[in-house]
Amino acid sequence: MSADDQRFGLQRHVTLPGPLPLDGGGRLAPVEIAYETYGTLAPDRGNAVLICHALTMDQHVAGANPRTGKPGWWTQMVGPGRPVDTDHFFVVCANVIGSCMGSSGPATMDPATGKPFGMIFPVITIRDMVRAQALLLDHLGVDRLKAVIGGSMGGMQALSWPATFPDRVEAVVVIASAARHSAQNIAFHEVGRQAVMADPHWRGGDYYGHEVPAAGLAVARMAAHITYLSEAGLTQKFGRKLQARDAKTFGFDADFQVESYLRYQGIAFVDRFDANSYLYITRAMDYFDLAEEHGGLLASAFRQTRARFALISFDTDWLYPTRESRSIVQALNAAGAPVSFVELSSPYGHDAFLLDSPEMNRVVAGFLGTAS
Amino acid sequence: MTLRADLAIIANHVAAGSRVLDVGCGDGALMAALRDAKQADARGLEIDPRNVAAAVGRGLSVIQGDADIDLAGYPDASFDYAILSQTLQTCRAPDAVLGQLLRIGRRAFVSFPNFAHWRVRLSLLWGGRMPVTRLLPERWYDTPNIHHLTVDDFRAHLRSRGIAVEGAWFLSGDQQTRSAAANFLAEHAIFLLRGTDAASSVLHRD
Repeated sequence: MSADDQRFGLQRHVTLPGPLPLDGGGRLAPVEIAYETYGTLAPDRGNAVLICHALTMDQHVAGANPRTGKPGWWTQMVGPGRPVDTDHFFVVCANVIGSCMGSSGPATMDPATGKPFGMIFPVITIRDMVRAQALLLDHLGVDRLKAVIGGSMGGMQALSWPATFPDRVEAVVVIASAARHSAQNIAFHEVGRQAVMADPHWRGGDYYGHEVPAAGLAVARMAAHITYLSEAGLTQKFGRKLQARDAKTFGFDADFQVESYLRYQGIAFVDRFDANSYLYITRAMDYFDLAEEHGGLLASAFRQTRARFALISFDTDWLYPTRESRSIVQALNAAGAPVSFVELSSPYGHDAFLLDSPEMNRVVAGFLGTAS
Repeated sequence: MTLRADLAIIANHVAAGSRVLDVGCGDGALMAALRDAKQADARGLEIDPRNVAAAVGRGLSVIQGDADIDLAGYPDASFDYAILSQTLQTCRAPDAVLGQLLRIGRRAFVSFPNFAHWRVRLSLLWGGRMPVTRLLPERWYDTPNIHHLTVDDFRAHLRSRGIAVEGAWFLSGDQQTRSAAANFLAEHAIFLLRGTDAASSVLHRD
């Protein structure tokens, strides 16, 4: 791989001709993908690792986000000397299709009309995201992945990889994730979608060039954000403490710190995320049921692959609780796949996978063979 | 690295290239030895997350779980050997765990400290206190060993369940000792078991 090869590096964008056949029946063409690569692809192309991001994340896993200037969202896991060691691995992270960070999604231009897709954009699935990633890897000249790694929705993609491309992946790391969305998961997402669609500025998704449905998306984010934290974590951080005041106001201002915090989270989210993308990606997660794609038996999803697996859950994660990981482990055992699993202890709920966790780092480094 | 004496005996008697499930695998010392010396395909189950992390760090496939609960998720006859070393006496339902071992593995290695060893007997007889020995270092209230057993207890149990014994080894200190009078002289016993059809039908009723 030559140093001036424009396919590699930070802040890359490619328009692939496709077409990408979609689970919902349609086709996507062309397929735009925004991505970053770190490290150097080995001459035998055998050191590639794909990182899959969560619902509202992006391709800037280890590089600074050019828009916000903030460091990558998983720098404690990915980088030089980190568990996913970029001195050793060639790391790829791509924005999922349906998102709004440069890959094809409802906010990108529909070549047929010259206007943003909006709700004309096809409904996509987790497997469609994975197939788009495979197109990108074809473009990069990567046939086989040394590992695919993801947390939360990224874990769903990581699980989908060996099920969809059994010969293209050697190792799979799934963190704080599940093989299907539960009724409760779907329920929370539906609250978020209804909040967006109830905002008069949503206009059936045709709001580009107008005011965005900020209030709806902010409420969606507030509801979702609660599911990323644990009750103990919220209590520890906020309790019933009041926000910059000595007494309750007997009104509906943000009296409590937790209210003020959630409002801030909601407003900050609107600045970086497209409301329609939020609808499409939450839908893709709700449709995810890996067993259903394989005749109703999860073990069948893993019978073709020779990949090894590592799963990690967190004890206070009630969004994707440990029992979801355990049912994946059982299916992998039934399929005879080599699998490791550990439940780690953390007070931070689902968000724990994004925070610095020496135990998580140790397990991932050990599994990838990069432990010192 | 030297293996604990009971693990060394097990490692020596596992056939090369076998599929092995080590239940209560700790930090994976036996699994690593079986992988490196016997080219075994070794998998582990371990309750302590720190041990799981250490074992995964050695490149081993280990699942965090509880033998009393999580063995039920393994398919029938999916391993050549299921190994339970120094864990039987910590199980809430050792009889059921033994049944699971022989369901999952074609053969099972089981090792346990012998509560009828003469030093344990003396301690109880003369001291009148629950014995605290090298192999049983915890006191009555903090010991994980909740189902103490003796070599003769185990043999009687195997007979009643119709489980065949294919091998038995006994340790005093780190030295092997004779099978005769093992119930008195052995600190530690290792059995190689094979479930019979009769045993399986009994065990499956559990």
